[in-house]
Amino acid sequence: MPDPVSQPCAVAVTAAGVVSPLGFGLDETLMSLRAGRDCVSPVTRFDVSRTRSKTAGQVEDGRLRIGDCGLRKEKRLHRASRMMIAATRELFAQDQKFAPELMVIGTTSGGMSFGEAFFRACIKAPRRADDTGGRAAWLANYSPQKQVLDAQEAVGIAVPSQIIANACASGTNAIGHAFNLIRSGKYRRVLCGGYDAISEMVFVGFDSLQASTTEKCRPFDKGRTGLVLGEGAALLALENWDDAVSRRAPVLAKITGYGISTDNHHLTQPHPSGIGARQAMERALASAGRQPGDVGYINAHGTATPFNDASEGVAIAELFGNRAPVSSTKSMMGHSLGAAGAIEAVFTILALRGQFLPPNIHFREADRPIDIVANESRDARFDCAISNSFGFGGTNATIVLGKA
Amino acid sequence: MQSKIENRKSKIAGMGWVTPLGAGLDDVWQRIANGERAAVSEVSSLHAPRKHAAMLVPPKLVEAMGRNPRLRRSSAISLFTAAAGLAALENAGLTMTPEIAARTAIVFAIASGGVIYTRKFYGQIVTQGANTASPLLFPETVYNAPASHLAALLGVTGASYTLVGDASVGIAALRLGGQLLETTDIDRVVVVGGEEVDWVLCEAYRSWRLARTPLAEGAAALVLARGGAVTLRAVHDGVPFFNRAGAARAAEKVHADLAQHGPVDLVVGCANGTFVDRAESASLAKYFPDTQIAHPKKSLGESIGAGALMQTVYAALAVEKKQARSALVSVIGFNQQASGAILSG
Repeated sequence: MPDPVSQPCAVAVTAAGVVSPLGFGLDETLMSLRAGRDCVSPVTRFDVSRTRSKTAGQVEDGRLRIGDCGLRKEKRLHRASRMMIAATRELFAQDQKFAPELMVIGTTSGGMSFGEAFFRACIKAPRRADDTGGRAAWLANYSPQKQVLDAQEAVGIAVPSQIIANACASGTNAIGHAFNLIRSGKYRRVLCGGYDAISEMVFVGFDSLQASTTEKCRPFDKGRTGLVLGEGAALLALENWDDAVSRRAPVLAKITGYGISTDNHHLTQPHPSGIGARQAMERALASAGRQPGDVGYINAHGTATPFNDASEGVAIAELFGNRAPVSSTKSMMGHSLGAAGAIEAVFTILALRGQFLPPNIHFREADRPIDIVANESRDARFDCAISNSFGFGGTNATIVLGKA
Repeated sequence: MQSKIENRKSKIAGMGWVTPLGAGLDDVWQRIANGERAAVSEVSSLHAPRKHAAMLVPPKLVEAMGRNPRLRRSSAISLFTAAAGLAALENAGLTMTPEIAARTAIVFAIASGGVIYTRKFYGQIVTQGANTASPLLFPETVYNAPASHLAALLGVTGASYTLVGDASVGIAALRLGGQLLETTDIDRVVVVGGEEVDWVLCEAYRSWRLARTPLAEGAAALVLARGGAVTLRAVHDGVPFFNRAGAARAAEKVHADLAQHGPVDLVVGCANGTFVDRAESASLAKYFPDTQIAHPKKSLGESIGAGALMQTVYAALAVEKKQARSALVSVIGFNQQASGAILSG
């Protein structure tokens, strides 16, 4: 089987930027991952007195100052835009010559809290028939494309965008689609990733479904009780391998495969057989020309809901047995929805570069015969990893990453 | 920045739509061509009593969809999306089997999403408390819920993408559909755009000074394949703009790029009574002078996420009916990008 990463259209990751509860930037994030930091804390952004769950992985507001775009404009920026700007700036600081032709970004809720503010204002103080102003800034900064354009404007680029909203798989879909575009030769450089900021509506949504937990997030644990929400943004600079090498770009890692599947079992629950997850992983490995035995680390979707982890656990056990170490880094920072796939891709790149396996914290007892990286990070030697993301609507996505 | 324009390989094999003027392809096309306008309804709420004009889809057009077990709790946007998608497949002469479904992908374009359920769900949180919010509503608020329902109805188990954006998102969906046809092992892509109207959406667009043409709802669908009567001769990847002044420059860039792809004898414009009109008309006068321009939004309203694909279906029908040899679909969004496509026989 030829190694596709050595083929002309293999795809290099030449830079990355990340903002998450684990930290700002690759260095802080690496330290948190190695240490297995629990970055979940009580929710402070909105009232949670009437919800079951009370905690989330939250990005520190005090560090989200942009600083150089003018106070008036900065006040109008949504938190999600600030996260995107910080991640995008970090990426371009690493690779200043990266010139994307397209931006492919995943999200689930854009600037949702501005929409919430607009709705509250509407029902609190109805407008007169001729009154049109006053709330336009919320609206203009609410839609998901605005955060993408804010990030472009902050780093001085202007490129077309595709914004994928495939629920919790969005970030991985964005990277995977960008990978396909480059590998097929249609594009040579694509800026991709994902973002989401925590909002009251989404928090209450998962709470109403009783998908979120009242205690610690324990992915793949026999006694798991649900997910914790998180937030953040991550961007990856993807480039045709030969182009990156010829301009001597700093290559962090390779993307070598992508698989997507749709599981029609239920709008919010995966098929218990794990068929959707398994198809996504099988297709990604086939796309990469890899075998299950080649995979040295699985960054699982691992939300810690009973249904997801049961389904994903079955799929992993069937496909990999207990040969590939597995962890869900959501145990440390919660589930950042549309950002999750992109953030976890960055985590996986850091693991490949540092030759370690990030831990699945709060783990007590296995319910499947798979090798969970329990509670502490491990040193490891591996050159191939996969990252899974599965979402509402039955969307499943897997990418295969390789050591540079 | 060099724009990417391509796609000669994609053909339109089938079309369908659900509009405020009806759901028949030929009938609605003729009524638009005749300048007929959909009925304007009044939308208001006890919470926000001022009244808004909107063009709504007659409920009888999607009654049958609502009886499907998968769709019995879904929002109007999912009914529109499913109805238009199924109509496009029927128009393409396709009966779904597991084998056909396995080689079919879905791309769904959306701007505002399931606003009715979103407003109801958040309304429960605000007015009654978070502990009363219904778990039946929340899943339908997710952007990709309509695509998920359509995938389930069709049995699609492969790629399904939901794209979100401004009124240009339909062209981005066409482009993504073409990319999937060219880069993956599938035979067809069902590209659908959908929108539903709620008072909170009307309030928003009015506050944003963008509700000059009545907001509208519905869905439009195209089946892209390697064979079909109409060719997607060129699909632009879009030119972003960061403010309204930039929209005119973005439109000029798109039109200048597309003018390189041969003459067109019909422009299907996106004029909707806002700042978009001036930007579009000035640019069209420069790059496509003396070309007949159709304005379907006058008849169908501004259906945002569905709008560009409504324009595309109108253009494709004009080509199919030999009313035009080639047609330009011109799209300028509200706050993301300008874009466009050329269709030919």
